[in-house]
Order: sequence, then structure tokens, then C-alpha cells
Amino acid sequence: METIATLLGVDPFDLWFFVEVLVGGLMAGVMYSLVALGFVLIFKASSVFNFAQGVMVLFAALNFVGFLDMGIPVWLCFILAMGVMVLLSFVIERVVLRPLVNQPHISLFMATIGIAIFLEGFGEMLWGSSIKPLDVGIPDDVFFLGEAMIQQNDMFAAVVASVLVIALALFFHYTRIGRALRAVADDHQAALSIGIPLNHIWIIVWSVAGFVALVAGIMWGSKLGVQFSLTVLALKALPVLILGGFTSIPGAIVGGLIIGAGEKLSEIYLVDAIQSFYPSFSGAIEEWFAYILALAFLVFRPQGLFGEKIIERV
Amino acid sequence: MTDSKEELNMLVRRYLSKTPKALLGMALGAAIGAGAFTAGTASADEQVIPSLVYRTGPYAPGGISLADGFADYFNLINERDGGINGVKLKVVECETGYNTDRGVECYDRTKNEGSGATFYSPWSTGITYALIEKATQDKIPILSMGYGRTSAADGRYFPYVFNFPSTYWNQATAIVQYIADQEGGVDKLKGKNFAYIYLDHPYGKEPLPTLDILAQKFGFAFDRYPVPPASMTEQKSIWLKIRRQRPDYAIMWGWGAMNGTAVNEAASIKFPMDHFIGNWWAAGEDAVEAAGDGAVGYKAANFHGAGADYPLYQDLKKYIYDTGKFAGKGDQWGRVLYNRGLSNAIVAVEAIRAAQAKYGNRVITGEEMQWALENLNMTDDDIAKLGATGLTPAVQVTCQNHEGQNPAVLIQQWNGSEYEIISDWVPAMSDLTRPLIEQDAEAYAAEQGLQPRSCS
Repeated sequence: METIATLLGVDPFDLWFFVEVLVGGLMAGVMYSLVALGFVLIFKASSVFNFAQGVMVLFAALNFVGFLDMGIPVWLCFILAMGVMVLLSFVIERVVLRPLVNQPHISLFMATIGIAIFLEGFGEMLWGSSIKPLDVGIPDDVFFLGEAMIQQNDMFAAVVASVLVIALALFFHYTRIGRALRAVADDHQAALSIGIPLNHIWIIVWSVAGFVALVAGIMWGSKLGVQFSLTVLALKALPVLILGGFTSIPGAIVGGLIIGAGEKLSEIYLVDAIQSFYPSFSGAIEEWFAYILALAFLVFRPQGLFGEKIIERV
Repeated sequence: MTDSKEELNMLVRRYLSKTPKALLGMALGAAIGAGAFTAGTASADEQVIPSLVYRTGPYAPGGISLADGFADYFNLINERDGGINGVKLKVVECETGYNTDRGVECYDRTKNEGSGATFYSPWSTGITYALIEKATQDKIPILSMGYGRTSAADGRYFPYVFNFPSTYWNQATAIVQYIADQEGGVDKLKGKNFAYIYLDHPYGKEPLPTLDILAQKFGFAFDRYPVPPASMTEQKSIWLKIRRQRPDYAIMWGWGAMNGTAVNEAASIKFPMDHFIGNWWAAGEDAVEAAGDGAVGYKAANFHGAGADYPLYQDLKKYIYDTGKFAGKGDQWGRVLYNRGLSNAIVAVEAIRAAQAKYGNRVITGEEMQWALENLNMTDDDIAKLGATGLTPAVQVTCQNHEGQNPAVLIQQWNGSEYEIISDWVPAMSDLTRPLIEQDAEAYAAEQGLQPRSCS
């Protein structure tokens, strides 16, 4: 690294700092991807943009930490919290989705807004509003790569996300249910006509999204404590979805990495550059810069990086 | 009867069948999720205390403590003393969610409750700003202890707004004074570099002009790190910059989830926590609990005591907790922001008592409460009689000075399980801020076409 720094004529610390920002950004992107994955799963199977995914992350984590506070072992808490998410999927399918089959997508989208508001209030009613610290043994120290400081919990999240993506990819491609899910995603009515039970599929896909929400909730909860601001994570997943495409699991991951790295690098280096011309500029551009980055990609690939290119003949 | 019932059922079914189900889902969700106005039963012989709370949403971890402490003290006065000279206190809660528009709506809904609102504590700088003109017109005082508009300390132009025992500007000077004390004097501040991390909101920007003046006066530099309210839980870039910049101290003006995230990120980059100082809204347990051991050493300013080691708490236990008459879940005992709610209520009760001494032992009006707040003089002896020595500061308010005579802060430090007060009162640099306060108040008056009232 020192050699590269000498060649570039910069301080080695600056180069290591660049590595730290880049790695930190990529790791933050992985965390966004965990939330975006849940959106993708439901959109793939039902073309519904599930506005409630961010709240599902919170709700799953609230249940998990609530059970944990009762003194129940971690593994059992995970199973119980997953059980709640499966039960929730049953209820959503029965009460919200089934009555809205063949209704315009906007009706389903509106219904998910209702689910989000309901779940937030219901979660608060069950478990209260205070911040709940969550410690499931995820390492939270740092290690150094040269002079770059890397967070262990970020690396752990990256490993979890990778395992999750591989497991989901295998599930979608090599299981009967996975193939059925893809068939439903392509065409509801055609899937029904060959005997795929739509209602069961929806329960399964919402349960899988619930599982992803639970994992994301535990990861974020371990980092920040389980708190109601976790719902705003949904906002962070949106540019990831725009960039990666609403139907692609690899897209959610790659999109997350690009958004994460892009926003951190821009916040550090672009703001530095602007401040050299305009010293009173206060920064804080990453919040909207992620959207600019995503929209810039859309100019070249309107369907997102990995989204399906749909050609409709008129 | 059966027929009419069936008819009704049929009508409901018909109505439901025509209503978009998604909208019904939203309505159900909203009904469960939204907060509510929890009164409507105050009678004319009760002293109505509106309480603008935020027990839901991302700011609830702080809002619940404040609301519970506030309500529990008034309930204690009712249960232990039978009210103030026989006048019972009626706390009327209204959920604002920390939203300014809902705060104004709550004000409008509660101001005529029973015999009328006594005073308002909005627990939000945004709501306080929005209510200044309305409350002044309605002659209902705003008691914004340690928040809201700093220049409201000038009572000549803000007769109905009180912000004792200190303001944001003076808090900023006191924190800088504390740092100077740590370094060995104000002359040692020269060449130092601070990081100022703040909520990108009127509240977080409030002390910036003061910090600019202090930086110029004492020769230190400070970098600004705004945290957008919509992404309070994502501060990695900010703390990466701080790691690169290596400031001598970090000062934080945060609220809600921002505080816990900042302490967490500071711990992650191994920032020396005893050089990280939050303001009094970044002084709650919610700022440190999620960070675990990493938060040990974190400091924050405060204007009242921490913990539950005060005689007053024995009465709270006997009359409120042991009898199950506590507000909320009764789980906020001894928390910093619970104590702030208590401190606020203590001042209010003493003001009502003073107003009764002047106007008679009856329900007092907002206008009478204004007189009492403006003439408040709570000495250490008075506070000792309340069992609150160390819990709430002595304060003397005048017509001219609504901030109180001796603005100062205490510094507390997190030891891993609780906050400990580690300093004496650190005085603010009032000589520096008072001219700025008067200047800002005069600018406000010019804008509003106000003349100063006479305080002689």
C-alpha cells in the first residue's frame, strides 16, 4: 500500500482511509440489501410492492427481543419469532391478499400501507416503545487491515447476507416450491391453471420475506438496539431496489453494495471537493445522493441492473 | 328488534362490500397505530395541566420518560396532599408524535378543557416555536425548560414564554467552559479542534451562532456534522470523517434515535468516550444502553439530578408506585428524562402554589400562572422541603429574564449501568450570550411589530 501511495503521491494513511471508507460503505450496503431482499421476494411472487417490509423488520425484531427478555434461549426465540411471522403471513393472506386477488396492483400496494401502520401500532402495543438492546453474541470489535479499521459486526453481516442469498437462490432454482413461486411471479392465472395453489404460494413467500425481515431485524437490532426508527430502513432499501431491479435477488445485493459504497464515498470525497470551493457547505448529501446514483443508473438500464427487460407489443 | 338488527347487519355488510378493502385495512391500522387524546372529563374545579406527549414513534424512548415523570408528580400531589390547597390537578395528555402540526392541534384541543389550560410544556422546540404567538394571544404560559426559542429568555418581548433554568446558547457556553476546565483554562482552547454533531433541524442549529462566537473568541475550530432526521440511524460517513479528522472533543446536539446511533458509532471507531459530550437532550439512558460497554465514559450536560436517590422518590414509591397509580408502565423510575419530567412538574406545582397565594386558593388562570412563573423564586431551602435537593435546581425568574439568574449545567458520565454526576455546576457565559439574546429578541419584535413591555 505504501508503494501505491508513493506512486500516487499521497499519504499512505489517506489511501488506507479510502479503503476503510470503501469497505465501510460496502458493508453498510450489505445491511441495506438485507432489507431490500424482503421487498424483492414479495414483488417477484406477487408483483406487490410491500410497503410494510420495513415495519416487518421491526416487528420481527421486536418479537425476537421480547421473547429473549423472557429468558428464552436464543435458538428458541428465533423459532418463536419465525412462527409469529408465519402466522402473520397466514393472516395477511386470508384478510388482505385473498379478497384482493385480481384487483389492481395499486389496491394491493395501498393494503400494504395499512399493514405497515397496523403492525407498527400492534408491535408498540405488545412490546412498548423503548429501545431494547439486543446481544446475540455477534462480535462487535474491530480489526485493522493495514491502517484501515474494519468492524467485525459488518463482516459478520456480510457473511450472513451471503449465506442468505445463496440459500434463497438454491431455494428458488432447485425446489418444487421455488419453481412454483417463479411460475406465480410470471403469470398468476397461468400458474393457477396448472394447479399451483396461489394462496399457499403467497403464504410461503410472505413467510420467507418474514424470515429475511427477522434476520435483518436481528442484524440491525444488534447494531442499534431494537427501536422504532428501524422502520426508516425501508427508505434506505428504495434506491437499492431502483438500482438493482425489483425482481432480482442478486440485484438487491449488488445494488446495495453500489449504493452503500457510492453514498459513503460521495459523503466523504465529494463533500470535500465541494467544500474546497464553498467552505460553508455542510454536507449530509448521502441521503439524497443514493437516489441520484440510482436514477443515473436507470438512464442506461431502465429496468434496473438485474431487472427483467419486458417488451410489450402493442 | 331482531328484524331491525338484521337490517342493520345488512346495511353494514352492504357498506363494507362497497368500501375498498384496502382502505378499511388502512383505517383499522390507523385506528390501532395512532395516538389519542386522553381526556375530555376535566371539571371546572380541577386545575387542568395539558401534557403534550410522544409515547409513540421514533422519539418515544425519550418521550415516555418525560411524560411519565411529569404525570407522576402531579398524581403524587393529588394522592399525598389532596391537590394544591384542595384544588386537584388534572393531567390531560395529547399525543403529538413529536410532530409540530399535531402539537398545535393538541394545543387547540386542550386549551379550553375544563376551566382552561394552566400552562403548556410542549417537549419540542418545533412545537414551542409554533405556539409562541398563539399562547401569548390566549394568555397561557409556555414552560419550555431547557429547549425552545433561546431569545424567549428576554421577558420584555416574550411575556408568556419561559425557558429557565438555561437555554441552548448558554448550555453551549457551559459545555465549552467545562472542556476548558478539563484542559486547564480557556487559554488552552486555542488551536483545539471540536466536532459538532447535530440534528439537522432548528433544534440542532440553535447553538451554531454561539459556537461561532466562542470559536472566534477562544481560538478553537469546530467542524459541523449535520445528521438528517430521516436517516438518524445511519451515521457511518460522519464517524468516518471524525476518525480522519481526529478532533479533540466531540459535542452532540441530538435527539431520539440519533443519540444511540452516534454513541454506537463513536464506540465503533474507538473515539475516546470521555471526550464525547452530549447536550441535555442527549443525556438519557437511551443514548447509551444499546452501545453496551462501548458507551462507558460518555458524558452529557444536564440541569437536574440523575438516578433515584432523593427523598422525593420515597413518596413516589409510597403513593404512586406501591399503589399502582403510576403513569405508563411504571418502568421509568430514576431515568434521566423521567427526572426531567419530575423537575418540570415540581416547578409548575410551586408556581401554582405561588399564584394561589396571591389570587386565592382556587383554580388559577393562565394569566395568573404567568405572573407566578415570572415571579418564581425557588431557593435551595424550598427545594429541600420538597425532598428534591440535587434533583431540581434553584431558580429565580424575573420579568426581564425568563432564563433564570444563574444558568449552569452539571456534567454526568455513564459508568456502564447508570449516569453519575461528575462535576459541580458549570456556569454559562451569560455575559457573552445575554447581548445576543436581547439582539435576537429585538429582531423578533421588529418583525412582529412589538414594543417592549416595561419591567420596572
